[in-house]
Amino acid sequence: MIALSDYLTLGAIMFSLSVAGIFLNRKNIIIILMSIELMLLSVNINFVAFSHFLGDLSGQVFVFFILTVAAAEAAIGLAILVVLFRNKRTIDVDELDTMKG
Amino acid sequence: MENIYLWIVLSPLVGAIIAGFFGNKVGRAGAHWATNIGVAISCVLSLYVFKHINIDGGASFNGSVYTWMVVDGLRLEVGFLVDQLTSMMMVVVTFVSLMVHIYTIGYMKEDPGYQRFFSYISLFTFSMLMLVMSNNFMQLFFGWEAVGLVSYLLIGFWYTRDTAIYANMKAFLVNRVGDFGFLLGIAGILMYFGSLDYATVFAGVDGIKDLKMEIFPGHEWSVMTVICISLFIGAMGKSAQVPLHVWLPDSMEGPTPISALIHAATMVTAGIFMVTRMSPLFEFSETALSFILVIGAITALFMGFLGLIQNDIKRVVAYSTLSQLGYMTVALGASAYAAGVFHLMTHAFFKALLFLGAGSVIIAMHHEQDMRKMGGLRKYMPFTWITSLIGSLALIGTPFFAGFYSKDSIILAVQQSQIAGSSFAYFAVLAGVFITALYSFRMYFLVFHGKERMDEHTREHLHETDKVVWVPLVLLAIPSVVIGAVFVGDMAFGDFFGKAIFVLPEHDVLAQLSKDYFHGWFSMGLHVLAPGPILAASGVGVAWFLYMKRPDIPEWFQQKLSFVHHVLENKYFADRFNEIVFAGGSLSIGKLLWKVGDIKLIDGLVVNGSAKSVGYISSVIRHIQTGYLYHYAFAMIIGLIVLMGLFVL
Repeated sequence: MIALSDYLTLGAIMFSLSVAGIFLNRKNIIIILMSIELMLLSVNINFVAFSHFLGDLSGQVFVFFILTVAAAEAAIGLAILVVLFRNKRTIDVDELDTMKG
Repeated sequence: MENIYLWIVLSPLVGAIIAGFFGNKVGRAGAHWATNIGVAISCVLSLYVFKHINIDGGASFNGSVYTWMVVDGLRLEVGFLVDQLTSMMMVVVTFVSLMVHIYTIGYMKEDPGYQRFFSYISLFTFSMLMLVMSNNFMQLFFGWEAVGLVSYLLIGFWYTRDTAIYANMKAFLVNRVGDFGFLLGIAGILMYFGSLDYATVFAGVDGIKDLKMEIFPGHEWSVMTVICISLFIGAMGKSAQVPLHVWLPDSMEGPTPISALIHAATMVTAGIFMVTRMSPLFEFSETALSFILVIGAITALFMGFLGLIQNDIKRVVAYSTLSQLGYMTVALGASAYAAGVFHLMTHAFFKALLFLGAGSVIIAMHHEQDMRKMGGLRKYMPFTWITSLIGSLALIGTPFFAGFYSKDSIILAVQQSQIAGSSFAYFAVLAGVFITALYSFRMYFLVFHGKERMDEHTREHLHETDKVVWVPLVLLAIPSVVIGAVFVGDMAFGDFFGKAIFVLPEHDVLAQLSKDYFHGWFSMGLHVLAPGPILAASGVGVAWFLYMKRPDIPEWFQQKLSFVHHVLENKYFADRFNEIVFAGGSLSIGKLLWKVGDIKLIDGLVVNGSAKSVGYISSVIRHIQTGYLYHYAFAMIIGLIVLMGLFVL
């Protein structure tokens, strides 16, 4: 039997990986997007696990909503990425510093 | 009766509005008819009121017609106090104003600002009536400022001339100085009496007269003295007393009709009227009375000297006005209020006459004002000549003319007065009589007699002016002759003003004179051996000798005593002093405030300084903003962890 703590550990590991992915990655914006998706998934795992062990379905309903929003967000993110590439000819994170003060 | 008072005040205002706002619609004739009829209604009704109150002995009126507002128990009202003094002033103002209105039809005939001019002088009549008829200090101040405003507008009537603009600004600024004192006086009255209503204030004098106040620590002043001197400073500005006299000669830049109406007959006497009206206050401060006496005496004598060397015909009359205003002020200082107001009345008629006569000469000379280019006008302009002669005779105090009675009453009153400074004042007014006769007849001889010094072209066109011009001269000449003899018994030495003027028994020089000296107007006229008429006659004689017989003497005098001439030419350097000390001083203070206060402190330190410090701080902080996504994400995570940590702990 897999215990709740196992699911929570998995979620925590996935979250930590994605956080590390966001700021260790110096190459590619797509990886940042993927890391954000991964973050959301790790949170979803927590939701599903709690929902199962607490016997409350609303956690799983919530996951569906999050997934829908995440899909939309990914679509928008990729669209922005396309436009960014058209303008800058690069999606390299190190070269995107127009917000510099 | 109340309706009549309203009609008197409002009909000139209606005329002014018609001529001012609808001047283009009603045309030139419409404008002069509207204003003339308005002032004529006012004049006729004033004469009726005069008859009702002063001759039939009707009751005086004191009541408010409109409450403007009530603030903290203080009522600000528009109200009328019509007693013997007011009704006399109303007659003088409206009569002279009517004469000037008629005269203006001729004088301003060719001026493009015809309607505007009529609107202004009617507005002036309205303001002056508001001033003299008011029953409270608020309305007095309104009238005071309104006549000042109209005077400003009229001095600068020909607003394309630089000199006119300079003169009206000067008049405005000098009057502000006086008005500041006046306002302080009114504020003092409000503070100590708690009311602005004349009747309430005068009734409360007993409680205030012994109070003291400290303006500077350690120096106690009587409250009455402070209030009265402040009020009198207002009168000094309006009535052009030394040292606030400098605006009046320059005000001659305006058209001649307003010089006659505003700057000779009515507005400049507002100060005299005001002090007389406030006699229940002034009587309780001998210091203020002495101050008034000395200022008046200085004005009467020293302004007369300046009249001796002027070559501009209007300026001679202007300095003579200053000197005569000094006489009236001297009378006030000697507590002979009735004599002062009596002189105000006679002076209004003969001085308006002299000014309008000068204006008539100026029209005939094609707007040449220099007396050195006139002479011998007698045979070309008979009406102007005879009326000017009458005016001059009245001015110098020839027995049986109007000016004689009023001026001699003043001289006698000053002689009787025991107040500090009265011996100097007596000397000044006596010497002033000689000076007055000298400059008046210098002008008269230079203009109407002697060689014809104008050029050929002007001489060919010389002729008597239109009827609308000389008829007012004749109408003014009549009172200039008779009004003194008619009223001297009642007004100066009788009980004409009743309760309108209050004099303490120990100051009442006129009552004493009427007991010891005055035995009817005819016998007063026969006192030709009194010092006044003798000095006047010798002044005329000297003028005739110097300017008709031996014109080389004045030139010799001018060369030999060039220092005196230089001082007089520069008007005792009063203008230059004001220009350097006050105008220059305020300019340099302004420059200092501009350079240091504005540019350095406000602009440099506060405005630009704060912007600069924000810029400096942000130039340091900006290095935190790298623009890299992962830095921002990192900061967010750190922040999140810190917040969560705080929350958990």
